[in-house]
Amino acid sequence: MSSLFSDYQIWTALWATIRLTFFSAIGSLIVGTIVATLRLSPVGILRFVGTSYVNIFRNTPLTLIILSCSFVLYIQLGISLADSSDRAFADINGFRLAVVGLTVYHATYVCEALRSGFNTIPLGQAEAARSIGLTFSQTMREVILPQAFRGAVVPLGNTLIALTKNTTVAVTISVTELSAVLKTVTERDPGLLNMAFLVVGAFFVILTLPMGVATGWLGKRVAVKR
Amino acid sequence: MSASVLFDAPGPKARRRSALLGIAGGVIFAVIMALVIWKLADKNQFASYKWKPFAEWSTWKNYILPGLWGTVKAAILAILISVVFGAVLAMLRLIDVPKSNSSTAIALRAVTWIVTAWVELTRALPVLLMMLFIFGWLTAHGQGSGSGPLIATVAGLVFYNSSVMCEVIRSGVDQLPKGQSEAGRSIGLTEGQTVRQILLPQAITAMLPSLISQVIVILKDTALGYNVLYGELLYRSKPATSLNGNIFAMLVVIAAIYILLNYAISKLATWVERRLQARGRTAGPAAPAGDPAGPTNAPGVATGEAA
Repeated sequence: MSSLFSDYQIWTALWATIRLTFFSAIGSLIVGTIVATLRLSPVGILRFVGTSYVNIFRNTPLTLIILSCSFVLYIQLGISLADSSDRAFADINGFRLAVVGLTVYHATYVCEALRSGFNTIPLGQAEAARSIGLTFSQTMREVILPQAFRGAVVPLGNTLIALTKNTTVAVTISVTELSAVLKTVTERDPGLLNMAFLVVGAFFVILTLPMGVATGWLGKRVAVKR
Repeated sequence: MSASVLFDAPGPKARRRSALLGIAGGVIFAVIMALVIWKLADKNQFASYKWKPFAEWSTWKNYILPGLWGTVKAAILAILISVVFGAVLAMLRLIDVPKSNSSTAIALRAVTWIVTAWVELTRALPVLLMMLFIFGWLTAHGQGSGSGPLIATVAGLVFYNSSVMCEVIRSGVDQLPKGQSEAGRSIGLTEGQTVRQILLPQAITAMLPSLISQVIVILKDTALGYNVLYGELLYRSKPATSLNGNIFAMLVVIAAIYILLNYAISKLATWVERRLQARGRTAGPAAPAGDPAGPTNAPGVATGEAA
């Protein structure tokens, strides 16, 4: 047990998982909001762009997307996301590429969560906003978006939980997060396998359980009573 | 379209504005695409020798098609086993435990408790983690080669997806009117018979679109098998790119295959949903509306978002 922590740097891996989750969550919230705006806009071509984005990236496996970040973005196109003179270049670059992949993929789910938030708003709300003379952007800012975000809390929470679990896919491009620990143990020290699985699995339960409870509670609390 | 919620029918001014917006948006989009294409062309990604292999049968015969078969095989196995296990888990969770302290009641309570814990746990763990663990376990017991990767891939998928299916079926049963089970009991069926013969068929029919959408999740998640050396599409096709350095082209082709397959399945789910609604076969409200390939919005079910 102690060798698990000393030899395999579980704490570092846990911290990497948390950071992956954090940055990808911020990124996918931003990109997802933009895509949702495109999908909901009245302009045909913008809607087409938004819908295409969702259909393309949601139907592609995350493994493929993250692999593309490493093989296409970095190796083929030479786009690196870190200072190449840094000694930890490979680690930092891989980490950031994984964040890009996770963001691109989960933005589609954020977009769909926001859209389901929009679906909770009764028609009359928008009609009322328009009838008192609010412009489109005012209607969005003051009436629609606040309610949409409230209605989207629970689906967004589900997306966050899925994102947390999906950070494990970063192991595909050798980012040392929690599942990489399990993989290394598998290769080097099968005797520790059960213990490693228990510890790493427990970390994921500890990470995701509060998210589910918190978003469930928040979702009920901010729900617009109609 | 949700245009009705967000927008009025456009007047002449709004139509002009949206036409302008459309042009502006189109130009921005075209510029971004041009930049991407320019960057790709600059790095020689459109060179004909990188794309020619896809016109040759041998590329398909030796790499892509066997990989696709690996993907489909794992997906079919995982779907079939998950549906069966999911239905069993749902039935166990739906047992109405009598409130007595008889030994059968205690045993039943223990069973539902264990099943609940199992379902919650397998849904909380990342699929890839379970795959890696099972693969590690098989390797440690000398089963790592041969069918080990397939078993690890399918087992990881089944652990997660059977629990998801269980919850989808359960929420389908919850949405049925109370009279359905009362009617079953009143004509003298036992509780198990009521669940099996009246509730489950209706619940599964009502949730069919959600269950079909889950197929997409499983199909996509087979790609996780890449990490346990399972010969799915990515794993089998990647070696073909080492000679020509055309991994970009290969990933585009593979992504296109996935997108086409999954798009077709999601269309099937929408079609089934529409048919079910048209026939009025569902007693309760049908599966949650919205985009069929999206996260299942059934109460208490977080699906559709695995890798």
